[in-house]
Amino acid sequence: MPASSPPPPRPPLASTMLAQLRPACTALIALTAITGVLYPVGMTLVARALFPRQANGSLLRDPHGEVRGSLLIGQPFTGPRWFHSRPSATGETPYDPTASGGSNLGPTNPALATLVADRAAAVSKDNATHTGTIPIDLVTASGSGLDPHISPAAALLQVPRVAAARGLAEQTLQGLLDRHVEPAVFGILGCPRVNVLQLNLALESLSGVNAPGPSRASAPPPP
Amino acid sequence: MTTSAAAEVAVILAAVALAAVAISPWLTTVFRMGTDTDGTGLPGTAGWFERWLTAIERPLLRAAGVWPVREMTATEYGAAIVVFHAAGFGLLLFFLRFQPLLPWNPDHLPAVPWLIAINTAASFVTNTNWQSYGGETTLSPLSQSLGLTVQNFASAACGLCVLAVLARGLVRRDSPTIGNFWQDLVRAIVGFLLPLAILLGLVLTSQGVVQSFETAIDVPLVDQDAVVEGAPPATRRIVTGPVASQVAIKQLGTNGGGYFNANSAHPFENPTPLTNLLEIVAMLMIPVASCLAFGRWVGDRRQGHALLAAMALLFLPFLLLIVRFETSPNPRLTAAAPTVDQSALGEHGGGALEGKEVRFGPVASAVFAVSTTATSCGAVNAMHDSFSPLGGLVAMWMMQLGEVVFGGVGTGLAGLIAYTLVAVFVAGLMVGRSPEYLGKKIESREMKMGMIVLLVPPIATLVGTATACVMPAEAAAAPNPGPHGFSELLYAFTSASNNNGSAFGGITATSAFWTLALAAAMLGSRLLTMLPLLAIGGSLAAKRTVAQSPGTLPTHTPLFVLLVAGTVILVGALSFVPALALGPIAEALQPPAVVLTGDGG
Repeated sequence: MPASSPPPPRPPLASTMLAQLRPACTALIALTAITGVLYPVGMTLVARALFPRQANGSLLRDPHGEVRGSLLIGQPFTGPRWFHSRPSATGETPYDPTASGGSNLGPTNPALATLVADRAAAVSKDNATHTGTIPIDLVTASGSGLDPHISPAAALLQVPRVAAARGLAEQTLQGLLDRHVEPAVFGILGCPRVNVLQLNLALESLSGVNAPGPSRASAPPPP
Repeated sequence: MTTSAAAEVAVILAAVALAAVAISPWLTTVFRMGTDTDGTGLPGTAGWFERWLTAIERPLLRAAGVWPVREMTATEYGAAIVVFHAAGFGLLLFFLRFQPLLPWNPDHLPAVPWLIAINTAASFVTNTNWQSYGGETTLSPLSQSLGLTVQNFASAACGLCVLAVLARGLVRRDSPTIGNFWQDLVRAIVGFLLPLAILLGLVLTSQGVVQSFETAIDVPLVDQDAVVEGAPPATRRIVTGPVASQVAIKQLGTNGGGYFNANSAHPFENPTPLTNLLEIVAMLMIPVASCLAFGRWVGDRRQGHALLAAMALLFLPFLLLIVRFETSPNPRLTAAAPTVDQSALGEHGGGALEGKEVRFGPVASAVFAVSTTATSCGAVNAMHDSFSPLGGLVAMWMMQLGEVVFGGVGTGLAGLIAYTLVAVFVAGLMVGRSPEYLGKKIESREMKMGMIVLLVPPIATLVGTATACVMPAEAAAAPNPGPHGFSELLYAFTSASNNNGSAFGGITATSAFWTLALAAAMLGSRLLTMLPLLAIGGSLAAKRTVAQSPGTLPTHTPLFVLLVAGTVILVGALSFVPALALGPIAEALQPPAVVLTGDGG
């Protein structure tokens, strides 16, 4: 054996680890202060100064300042007088922002097929004059359960029903709808879509708040 | 694929490439490769960034008692990482258990139950961010910010540290040391991740991601008739919080734990197609930039390009496949509801929209899904559980490749280097030469450690899934019938064992078995991949460099790229094809008329 100096004895692992305890705790406390306190607090202050509307949830207010909802969070709509949102799978209550989530039904789960068939039947029943196909978004639940949008086709399908229920001309509603279609970003990213809450709020102001229904129409639309 | 779908995919990929190229010089300078002789940094030629870094790290490291910086051996570095993980685990557990007694809990949420708390703490310290809780109803803003957000930074930084150690192992000669963990950690967070997160967070806020400390507000529904089953007048509680700050780092750090239960499908986390693009870019850019930085570190950029090419070779085909699968109609829905038009989103393809958001559509949802599973991010903008059988298979397989196709921040490329060493070794055996990589001989110790890195995640995945399957009460955690139910179990262990964190979300993994088994899989896989990688770094650093000779296997050629990709595929495919055949493949092949159920089987 060559006469080389023996390697220095390795310290026991326990003491190696113990030696790291103080730096670990200090680093953790310092990082908690920086990334856990300074970072979110600083971001909130800057965000509030630069983008107050967005930072607080893009809330939609009526002229009296009452909050009607958030531009980004969908709401459920029933009855013939409103454009309907997509189905929602947020637990017992649809569109519940405290329980966001999807149905998680598998693609081959018979329950999904049944549900979609039932929803399609309901859409056909609600929109009796509609004879074409039903857009898929109107019969499936979104991932968040809070999807504020439907496709333009899904909104168009509902125009005759809403027009009849509110006693408005279909052209008026179509014009309103056209103004509410958001195109894909740069024409490429995402899908063209209609914000249902925004559309319904516009509808509400069009027909006057708390319009009782068709009887209110003073000038019946031309046939 | 339609042209507009192809255009959308191309725009996203171009954005990723641009962002990665832009940040790679920055990432290169964050970690010092050479030995810091006096431990105080600031060599004479240091640039402004280096001086700024030193100015920030000095007080922090001095407080921690490690200034001037002393270089560590691989053992010390590993011990430091383990102790840091343990301390992080303890602190997070404390926040979760004591949140009702701590301030900043406006909704008076109770303590997180022990099992969920243990699972969550394991999940966030390991960069997995598996979530067995619903964020908005379980965690106070204090727990989210001081607990989870901190770990989002720390766990991602640990990944970068491991990569830096491996690079030092290849760069240094005859060196007993591989850098100082505390210095690397502070630099990775303060010098890199934090500035990026601030930038991304503010851009996201400008697009509508919320960032506020206000309490939730109750809003009456616009349609007051929309009352369910005679419930009282309809209101909805709009929950906000410090969301943008957490979303930014959960994407950048490939963490994936969302503020809300629905993660990046929630409009407050991901409000527009543009934020969706930014969140995809944020997931992919650091793993891509790491390859470029690696090339600069080892002084041969072609080496970084080759590793990036191997990743891209494994990523792009699956990207195109999943887009195709998710834009195809679901035949079962066509049969059950023939009046439904599954191509309603027009140019952007059809496909079943269950679990997907209209603003993204199937294409952007599919690209997000493959990105989040290829990187170890695990954030979702659509519910993978409702993806087509083969779309779900792509998502699962991207994780099963070991999270080395982009993979986690730092850990992904580090893992791919372990695969590369195996590939070099196999090639060396074939031609009868002693294998070497970047001038370092690859010997028994590197191979043993490399095999641990390769084999622990598949073993944890398969043993865990098999165990769940033989316990009927635990297998019942999967709500969907038939092969899809099996897929849900397999996906859960795949996600935990590869530190991804996404889920087939239908699963109810809250029993003692599920919370603890998944926690064990997450911790085991994390530590048993990181520590062997550090050991490889230490062992390589101690070696001297052998001179290149005509017989040296070049490691930047297309042939070598194929060899590395093939090695990854072999381990991934051979380990998982049998399990995948029982789950998504069986599901895809089952004829529409037949309903397989789990009963009696």
